[in-house]
Amino acid sequence: MSAAGRRRMTGWALVNIIVIVYALFPVCWIISLSFKDPSTLTDGSFIPTEWTWENYHGIFQTSEFTRALINSIGIALISTVIAVVLGTMAAYAVARLRFPGKSLLIGMSLLIAMFPPISLVSPLFNIERIIGIFDTWIGLIIPYMTFSLPLAIYTLSAFFREIPWDLEKAAKVDGATPAQAFRLVIAPLAAPGVFTTAILVFIFCWNDFLFAISLTSTSAARTVPAALAFFTGSSQFAQPTGSIAAAAVVITIPIIIFVLLFQRRIVAGLTSGAVKG
Amino acid sequence: MAEIVLEGITKRYPDGAVAVKDVNLSVGDGEFVILVGPSGCGKSTTLNMIAGLEDITEGTLLIDGQVVNDKTPKDRDIAMVFQSYALYPHMSVRDNMGFALRLAKVDKATIREKVEEAARILDLTEHLDRKPANLSGGQRQRVAMGRAIVRDPKAFLMDEPLSNLDAKLRVQMRTQISRLQQRLGSTTVYVTHDQTEAMTLGDRVVVMRGGVVQQIGTPQRLYEQPKNLFVAGFIGSPAMNFLHATAEDNRLRTSVGALDLSDRLRRSLERHDAPRDLIVGLRPEAFEDAALVDRGRIGSGTTFSVDIDVVESLGSDVYAYFTEDEWQPTATSELAELAADSGVTDTGAGGHQIVTRLNASTQVREGSRAELWVDTAKMHVFDPVSGTNLTLSDEPAD
Repeated sequence: MSAAGRRRMTGWALVNIIVIVYALFPVCWIISLSFKDPSTLTDGSFIPTEWTWENYHGIFQTSEFTRALINSIGIALISTVIAVVLGTMAAYAVARLRFPGKSLLIGMSLLIAMFPPISLVSPLFNIERIIGIFDTWIGLIIPYMTFSLPLAIYTLSAFFREIPWDLEKAAKVDGATPAQAFRLVIAPLAAPGVFTTAILVFIFCWNDFLFAISLTSTSAARTVPAALAFFTGSSQFAQPTGSIAAAAVVITIPIIIFVLLFQRRIVAGLTSGAVKG
Repeated sequence: MAEIVLEGITKRYPDGAVAVKDVNLSVGDGEFVILVGPSGCGKSTTLNMIAGLEDITEGTLLIDGQVVNDKTPKDRDIAMVFQSYALYPHMSVRDNMGFALRLAKVDKATIREKVEEAARILDLTEHLDRKPANLSGGQRQRVAMGRAIVRDPKAFLMDEPLSNLDAKLRVQMRTQISRLQQRLGSTTVYVTHDQTEAMTLGDRVVVMRGGVVQQIGTPQRLYEQPKNLFVAGFIGSPAMNFLHATAEDNRLRTSVGALDLSDRLRRSLERHDAPRDLIVGLRPEAFEDAALVDRGRIGSGTTFSVDIDVVESLGSDVYAYFTEDEWQPTATSELAELAADSGVTDTGAGGHQIVTRLNASTQVREGSRAELWVDTAKMHVFDPVSGTNLTLSDEPAD
């Protein structure tokens, strides 16, 4: 390798290290906090002087957290499944069909995606109270779907556009019904896109705080990010910092597992179409 | 195998654009018919309508005597080869070729047998378990053909199946397709923009332009008796040369000199009530080096002298080019389209180039003046406004 090439490599490595440190430092910090004893919380040392599982024990002891975890998993999974199923169908239509009002539909979904959620929270709060879905799973699933569907339609229609239309024509000429053509030819080819979209939507639902805090009032539907805000210390004067840190670490784990499991699919998904196969 | 009949087939899009207009064509059982024309002429749309991939706005389509206008591709029992081959990337060659049979619920043993038979014909046996991504262009093309032949359909439709191959492979595959078609005796409709492919493959050729059929006939007929300027310019390589001409008594005055009209031509022009301003079409082989023409024949043509720009020797023949300045290629829409299609307008060459095909023993040299002779009996004369060939003999076109 030439000297210039090596210099460039070093440069890139340096930039990468800075980015990684910048991104991971807060994560390490919160992990460190979660393992600290309440008495040493504020001692300022980055590595805990005394390691303890106390905080983790604590959060799983109360139903407050476990219930929120169930809510989070349930709501995020259901929203993801519905958004991906509807998104797949809508994206297929957007990518393949010419129908009146198509550009209007795309425009509308873009509009929804661009709407600041905060401006919708108060009306949604009122609407949901009136129709009686406030503080229920469905009360969160609906807004999650609303905001993740445009995302799903956009990513998926990009994938469908990448699949040559000729394949579908070939399947039809080969004697496939439209449903068979979709199931046997198009869907297998779109699988990486569907995976990518599912993970993106899941992360969006899993991480949401705004809707979760505004549209719930009890542990009936409160998800973990919202529940964290309601953590209290063991006494009125004790800070719940350790418990919050532990809970934050716990809810990060599923995302990490997800990404590690589907890493290759996601990368394939995000880069497919960049080069001709 | 079956007959395909198109009666007044028209395709009109919702925005009013007409892609195909009133096509009448009958493809006989086992016949190889080529649809040819520049891009956007409606040939692929016509093919898609036969396949059932596009709706027919007007007209009737019969396959094997049955009206199939409203039938889905599935129920028409036709096979199609796509320009992109459209192989299913997630399936092996075997699964690609057997896909249609699998959908038709044919039992596994029969599928296996038929796929292997087709693979043997197409020399694909050792590739059966590979994925399309691991095949070369020629192999993919053969898989696409194989997918069509395993089904033993009523007809084959081919949409520019060779245009993604390199030139050498294209020529090889062309002969292979021809051989395959003869062996299977299959009714075939083949779309191409390449007139050489059309001429070499087809039993009959359909020339289309702007959604309208210009002429239907055997390759030889299209070459010798083009109905109009477009067909004349499109068929043949190198293309027919066109010159402006003015009718004067028994001669046509052109920039290369006055061309004598034979009796047959003169009668024909009179019958058509030809205008004074005309366009003359001369194929490259109508020219010859004047020094090489027999004394006896020289009188039946016109001799003229020009400055030769370029000489290309092909061994068997010599192409000599000269430039003529009076020409305006955009004078008619047909010629403008031909010029755009052949890329002449893009090369930016000044003047109008005339190609002549001379005997290999010619002494014509680049940059020197040469005496050329033109066989006026082989001259075509066109009406510059309508584009009609005014020299066609009377017998009805087939």
